[in-house]
Amino acid sequence: MNFDKDLDARGLNCPLPILRAKKALSDMQSGQVLRIVSTDLGSVKDFQAFCKQTGNELLEQTQASNEYTFFLKRK
Amino acid sequence: MGTTPDITLIEEIVRQRLDEILPQKLEEKLAEMKANKTPSMTIIATKGTLDWAYPPFILASTAAALGWNVSIFFTFYGLQLLKKDISDLKISPLGNPGMPMKMPFGPDWFKGINWNIPNLVQAGIPGFESFASTLMRRTIKNNGVADISELRSLCLEAGVNMLGCQMTVDLFGFTHDDFIPEVKEYCGAAHFLPMAQEADVTLFV
Repeated sequence: MNFDKDLDARGLNCPLPILRAKKALSDMQSGQVLRIVSTDLGSVKDFQAFCKQTGNELLEQTQASNEYTFFLKRK
Repeated sequence: MGTTPDITLIEEIVRQRLDEILPQKLEEKLAEMKANKTPSMTIIATKGTLDWAYPPFILASTAAALGWNVSIFFTFYGLQLLKKDISDLKISPLGNPGMPMKMPFGPDWFKGINWNIPNLVQAGIPGFESFASTLMRRTIKNNGVADISELRSLCLEAGVNMLGCQMTVDLFGFTHDDFIPEVKEYCGAAHFLPMAQEADVTLFV
């Protein structure tokens, strides 16, 4: 999937992946896509809830071994 | 010749019609109000140790990231979390049976050991608390958990409103100069409670 910005949140724990993502999104334009790679298992549910609350769209989430990748479309 | 309107009949018709449309209207209105309302949270932070510094700042920064309005009222030992330098916050394993005592370095088998150190020994060794705090800081770093000063800065950046309890400032002999300048208000329970009343979530930590 294409994306406009990449956020490496590997090795970061709650709530840092969410806070960094929020910060990254605030520098982006509406409709742009942010890719986030995280190793925090808790971030799976957290990003779902984050998107639901903030109205940013969670386009896709995948898992490869211990890494979780999320594609978020900015509101 | 006009007929006198039958009041009871009109009332009955109006009542029926209202019963039909009101529930739906009400639901629409409530949904609209819910969608337009910015959620809010107030937290009462009462503890001043390294471990208990985390819950208020984690919850506040996350809520702010979700777009909520957040205020934290720091009272009693919680005031320590507003000090200019919080890099020396301590943790005490003494009388804290819930705290795992594991080493943040060495081979995995070594890191897996839970050191069951009796209270009497902990209390008798000078500097035990500082030692435990150093290990805790290391564990925090190893696990990619935010440094507490960083987390507090993130809260402030995100617009979390921090309030100090004036009564405790006086009680403990602090001055406003001991605290970060971002604390705009020092107040009492009477100022905080109406904020909590309006909030969707209020937590006591």
